[in-house]
Amino acid sequence: MSSADVCAGILWVGVTLYAIFGGADFGAGVWDFLAGSGERAKRVRAQIDRSIGPVWEANHVWLIFVLVILWTAFSQAFSAIFSTLYIPLALAALGIVLRGSGFAFRHALPGPVERPATRVFGLASVLTPFFMGTVVGAIAAGEVPADGNGDPTGSWIGFLPLSLGVIFVLLTTYTAAVFLVHDSGTAGDLELRDYFQRRALAAAVLAGAAAVVGVIALRADARYVYDGLTSWPGIALVVISGVCGLIALGLLVTGRNYGLRVAAVGAGTAVIWGYFAAAFPYLLPTSLTISDAAAPSATLTAVIIVFGAAVLVVIPSLALLYTLSQRQALESYSASSDATSPRQ
Amino acid sequence: MPDVAVLADSASNLLAARNQMGFTLGFHIVLACFGVAFPLVMLTAEWYGHRKQDPEALRLARNWSKGVAVLFAVGAVTGTVLSFEFGLLWPRFTDRFGDVFGIGFAIEGIFFFLEAIFIAIYIYGWDRLSPRAHMLSAVPIVISGIGGAFSVISVNAWMNQPQGFDLNSAGEVTNVRPFEAIFNPATGYEFFHMWLAAYMVTGFLIASVYAVGMLKGRRDRYHRLGFLIPFTIAAIATPIQIFVGDTAARAVADDQPAKFAGFECVYESGDNQTEYIGGICTDDEVKGAIGIPGLDSLLVGFSTDTYVKGLDQVPDDEEPPALTLLHLSFDTMVGIGTALFLLAVWFAISWWRRRDIPATPWFLRAAAVSGVGAILALEAGWIVTEVGRQPWIVYGIMRTEDAVTPAQGIWWVFGLTMLLYIALGVTAITVLRALSRRWREGRPEAPGEIPYGPPPGERSGTST
Repeated sequence: MSSADVCAGILWVGVTLYAIFGGADFGAGVWDFLAGSGERAKRVRAQIDRSIGPVWEANHVWLIFVLVILWTAFSQAFSAIFSTLYIPLALAALGIVLRGSGFAFRHALPGPVERPATRVFGLASVLTPFFMGTVVGAIAAGEVPADGNGDPTGSWIGFLPLSLGVIFVLLTTYTAAVFLVHDSGTAGDLELRDYFQRRALAAAVLAGAAAVVGVIALRADARYVYDGLTSWPGIALVVISGVCGLIALGLLVTGRNYGLRVAAVGAGTAVIWGYFAAAFPYLLPTSLTISDAAAPSATLTAVIIVFGAAVLVVIPSLALLYTLSQRQALESYSASSDATSPRQ
Repeated sequence: MPDVAVLADSASNLLAARNQMGFTLGFHIVLACFGVAFPLVMLTAEWYGHRKQDPEALRLARNWSKGVAVLFAVGAVTGTVLSFEFGLLWPRFTDRFGDVFGIGFAIEGIFFFLEAIFIAIYIYGWDRLSPRAHMLSAVPIVISGIGGAFSVISVNAWMNQPQGFDLNSAGEVTNVRPFEAIFNPATGYEFFHMWLAAYMVTGFLIASVYAVGMLKGRRDRYHRLGFLIPFTIAAIATPIQIFVGDTAARAVADDQPAKFAGFECVYESGDNQTEYIGGICTDDEVKGAIGIPGLDSLLVGFSTDTYVKGLDQVPDDEEPPALTLLHLSFDTMVGIGTALFLLAVWFAISWWRRRDIPATPWFLRAAAVSGVGAILALEAGWIVTEVGRQPWIVYGIMRTEDAVTPAQGIWWVFGLTMLLYIALGVTAITVLRALSRRWREGRPEAPGEIPYGPPPGERSGTST
């Protein structure tokens, strides 16, 4: 395995973590938007705040990580993608700005800002996954030429990119609902757990149906990737993904939480790596391979070293954050204390 | 024969893209300053509060941490926009040089991670961690703010002093040496200059909020500490900044003579150069400026005999554009920096002699505008660096016009971005003002009024 392949693997680790954890934060925004109004909607939003509040910024950093690794280790691919797909990418960035600021502002001011900020947070949460889906679809369909400057509209307005956009939105809402089932269960709010359970099921069914359309679209528009997914080793990962998905579905139907998150995350991870295996050795199927796009070896070595440092420093810190937030050790402002009586 | 319309298009694209990049970066740079420096201000207040058993200092630290959170969130999204713009606006720059300058950003990614993680732990840990653990959780925030600034600035410094790679005969990058790219000659002075600027902008701006409060008669301990803690940090940074800035200007005279000649309006090379203050810089002379003979040479080389390169030695198509803007920006930065230095000295003398803020309201009035002044100086300094580097995106190697995207519609994107960012800025200021009003009134937040934290009232079901 060359150092270019290692860097591509590192890139894909970032893609996986962003798609699953960052994706779940966007999905939570969709549920927030769909919660409507009233007493229960308040509880739904409070649970969403509790679940994503402490982690969404850290999860978002995976996107920066992906962009930076892409332009450092595979500058040509980065440039080709951005000079072709600048419209959906700009719209995804717009979603990121609106979602982040909407979420940050929503509770700051009751009345004038809270309501519109909540709307913006919810609507923007659809934008980013959708347009990221169209970007992945356009790349898979081979619409991005190695030298860039591909068709700025025709590349991503097509059957495969648009259906992948919809699938991405559905999958993020599914992942989010699964996480929220777990979190509201841990918090002891069984009614809310059932609420998210029903929604996770609905999202799973819709995503499953959309996936069928996606497979048809892949077969029609992205033959190379389709063939990779239907032959070894891609097929193995697709099967693993399917099995995990069915387990998760079974757990949802029977109302069991144990292992639900693992199964859902496993399904997502397997399909993301299935794509990687199917597209290999291409970064942009079938116009640019990993080795052709790769930076000089000194840069690749530096990327690998930086990634090693990140694993050593960031992973324990992330583990600490997730542990503290799951243990609910991290919660601001217990009801009895207010700003004037800080704990000594 | 090249199509005239296409040429006009590409010139317009360049201007649009530069405006877009300049505007979004100029917006983000203020938030970045807060990301670097606000955690230190907050941690200082918490440390002081625990040490002196001062509940007001702890109240400040807790309130400020909410400001840190909101500003960090907005800074994170505006920073993300900048990463996208590397591809959306300058794909050819990233294509050609991404493998050289990218490592700086990769390292920055680690610091960004740590900052996001520990800000979350700090904010959400107020009532759940022991004072010691809580203060310790802020230390990585302060350190990663500094480290992140260093990494990002090293990339900007590299654009000014590119090294750590070779070009083959076809102009392709070979033999990349990432370590050399990061530690280029400009990294040192650019980093220290920006780091101190972050402390100045943040310190003076927060202090100016409390100075306004004190002018309105709110002279309680809360306001006094709210003024003293950030003002002291800024006042310590300012004299060091004067020294670093002076060193940086001298280094630029050596490293980038065209930039230096541009912002000092040196037309003819030679010794005994006049230092011009203010004025308009036309193509061949300065009009309406106050000239101090020999001072420019003296500042560059400690002697009026010092030879300074002028624009006459720079090929016409390599001269920085907008000389007047450059020159006045430089003067603005230096002028405001000097004024802030005098303000810091005034404060230091009063503190040394009477252990108090100067009694006259004129001091507080000056302090009340110091924050806006510091931001102006920051933006002016940034214009000097960036516009002064033009027409190069990689100094002496790649021209900005060769890096810009051919994509259409950037003017539209620029217009929409302006509207969006103005809305973002206005909302952020509105939110911070509303929070500050609430803190001042000393009433606890009602459920749902905390900026993206869990509403307290909703937690009854979550036993721990």
